[in-house]
Amino acid sequence: MSRRVPFYLLTLILLAAGIALSIYRHDVYSVPWTPGETREQWVVEARIKFIAKGDPVSVVMQAPDTQPGFTLIDESAASQGYGFTRIEQQGQRLAQWSVREAQDHQLIYYKARFLVDPGAQVPVTPPLQAVTPHIFEHQRQTAAVALLEEASRRSADTVTLVRALVTQFNDEGNQNAALLLNSLNREDALVSLLSMKGIAARVVPALKLKDGRRRQPVLPMVEIWQEQERQWLLFDPVSGRAGPDERLLIWGQSYQSLLDVVGGRDSDISFSMLAQDIPARQATWEKVQAEDLLNFSIHSLPVEEQAMFKTIMLIPVGALIVVFLRILVGIKTSGTFMPVLIAVAFVQTQLVTGIVGFILIVSTGLLIRSYLSHLNLLLVARISAVIITVILMISVMAVIAFRVGLVEGLSITFFPMIILSWTIERMSVLWEEDGAKEVLVQGGGSLVTAVLVYGAMTDELVRHLTFNFVGLQLVILALILLLGNYTGYRLTELRRFRPLTESD
Amino acid sequence: MGILDWLKIPQRLRSQGVMGMNQRNHSYIGRYNDRRRYPLVDDKLKTKLLAQQAGASVPGLIGVIRHQGQVRQLSKMISALSGFVIKPAQGSGGKGILVITHQEQGRFFKPSGAEVSAYELERHVSNILAGLFSLGGKNDVALIEHLIEFDEQLACFSYEGVPDIRVVVFQGFPVMAMMRCSTAASDGKANLHQGAVGVGLDIASGQAVNAVQFDRQVCYHPDTQADLKTLQVSGWGALLELAASAWEMTELGYIGTDIVLDKQHGPMILELNARPGLAIQIANGCGLLPRLKQVESLIDSGQHQGLTVAGRVAFSREHFAVSSML
Repeated sequence: MSRRVPFYLLTLILLAAGIALSIYRHDVYSVPWTPGETREQWVVEARIKFIAKGDPVSVVMQAPDTQPGFTLIDESAASQGYGFTRIEQQGQRLAQWSVREAQDHQLIYYKARFLVDPGAQVPVTPPLQAVTPHIFEHQRQTAAVALLEEASRRSADTVTLVRALVTQFNDEGNQNAALLLNSLNREDALVSLLSMKGIAARVVPALKLKDGRRRQPVLPMVEIWQEQERQWLLFDPVSGRAGPDERLLIWGQSYQSLLDVVGGRDSDISFSMLAQDIPARQATWEKVQAEDLLNFSIHSLPVEEQAMFKTIMLIPVGALIVVFLRILVGIKTSGTFMPVLIAVAFVQTQLVTGIVGFILIVSTGLLIRSYLSHLNLLLVARISAVIITVILMISVMAVIAFRVGLVEGLSITFFPMIILSWTIERMSVLWEEDGAKEVLVQGGGSLVTAVLVYGAMTDELVRHLTFNFVGLQLVILALILLLGNYTGYRLTELRRFRPLTESD
Repeated sequence: MGILDWLKIPQRLRSQGVMGMNQRNHSYIGRYNDRRRYPLVDDKLKTKLLAQQAGASVPGLIGVIRHQGQVRQLSKMISALSGFVIKPAQGSGGKGILVITHQEQGRFFKPSGAEVSAYELERHVSNILAGLFSLGGKNDVALIEHLIEFDEQLACFSYEGVPDIRVVVFQGFPVMAMMRCSTAASDGKANLHQGAVGVGLDIASGQAVNAVQFDRQVCYHPDTQADLKTLQVSGWGALLELAASAWEMTELGYIGTDIVLDKQHGPMILELNARPGLAIQIANGCGLLPRLKQVESLIDSGQHQGLTVAGRVAFSREHFAVSSML
């Protein structure tokens, strides 16, 4: 036993360090243990990319502001060698970066934090000038007037008018709408039509908030000025839905002039976002506190990387479950950690779609693989052939699913294709050597494991703990080390060796 | 069976000294088997050369075909032989083994009587070289061996296949043995999980002590109806000494030796296994741990020093004797 002392000491140190770090984070940074007692905040990061020509560069981006549903807590910018200023122009907040000379690829980050806040104090800037009715050229003018007449007949106020217009846009058989949409964007057409009615409207850039998403584009949304209520009302030009959406963040006041780069070309802006939970009392405190510069945690990384870590930090939990199931239960899986990767894919595809997709791909793959084994190919060539068939299968399934109207089917592309190919190869060899039953046992075992891991990975509490308390990773490590020393029976062995208990 | 009975199982298994997979991996394979020496047993050609150097008897090697250019030499190698075996050096689970029992003017015959042409033999060798049968598809070499003339006294215990005897050897001491008899259900293969009958053998005498198929006790061979309790391996002492000598050859502390009995040459090492399975406990109706512990305590006391192969076998035969449960 004495030679095990260093081992147990190591596990003890890991456990103690992990727990201590977590308690420290809880006490000092007041991060709560459960996700419930918190307020949600969104960290949104804009990533501006362009190629500088070697001349002075000036980049102007519309900056977001407090809006219905969201309070802007703070904003910060990161770039190399650029001077950063915030300006306000006719009610629009702008972020401006400039430098005397820049060459080649340039990257600028802008980060803003929003508190989800139903009682946000929204500054209102009325429309700057009076509405001038838009005049279309002859044919389209007739169509526009017809559309407006039809919509007016079916509506009582501004809101229902816009909704009636959107309904006509969505009607594929409406020739007037088709004529307008031929040359105009839906949102621009809406603004122009409303101007003919004397209603002020504008196209604004908006972001769909989805936790942990990267490289998201902005969507055009329409805002309508309501003179009586003295407020801007948000409209979705596709669905016709009116009013603020708790998952929609408005980024500035003009979709067209979201980003303006002088002295560069090929400019592009994309967004990453992340939901974080902060305690309610911290949330108010945050409003006045500046960014903590000495914050050496994952949370000091750019949002894009943080979003990645949110998934990475869940993988040890998956590993722990796999270790538990294999060492204590004795479940057979095909490939030790394949179920974890499948579970990560399930998180993207949703569970049912994921399971159906997995079974479809693997079973079709097995059929094709059984034909390949007749061709008597060498291993590398065979696996490569399987990889290509898997890719083809995924594309065909995605297209079929889309055509049939199953949009969920598109997420099938999240499956790790190389891993699936190896799974198919291994299962096919297993089939030849040990029969179909063993394939079902191992395939089923993998699927059950993947579902359990998926369950843990999507659990709010697990997500909250792993992301907010990095110290818990050490605890998981210590648990895995301890399990690695377990020499008792596996659950399945109780059944296997049961005859031995009956022999006497 | 109630939940309470299930809860008692671990306790009962422990008192029987049954070893589980975790304990095998952690306390025996992990502790006593040096990973650097695995290639010696994973490659049948290396095992064979090692055994020949040590003077242990193995099926005679006719030749080795190492690359595609040598496939033509196959016909020259086998021209003077009536029966022979072609096998991949790194095959697993008996895959890729082709047995030819006799040949007549360029026509070759398998044990089932099916005919194989010279072209098909060459093709089979090419497949072996390409790695069709090896783990992970690695390139492999083909071994051409003399046919084992199987000892007929045991023939009635096996259906369409050669029964082999698995002896688990721990630190040079044979600790447990079983004979694996193929059945119709196992398709002529000697793997227990595929339906072969496992007959536990008494280390002292080589007599059957227990027999199982699909982990349940059987008394008669399901196909030949032979009474398994009459099974007695002759030349048992020599067989155990051959098995025990694998320790000197490989220096692997915990291995399974697979041995066949040849009519003329007696016991021969067929292959060695650095990760022997646990089914041998079910076949013997008893756990491995008490015997392993006994060997460990002997080694701890230092009394094993100076013991020869014969001395170790004598220790095992004296201490691990059991009476038949059949």
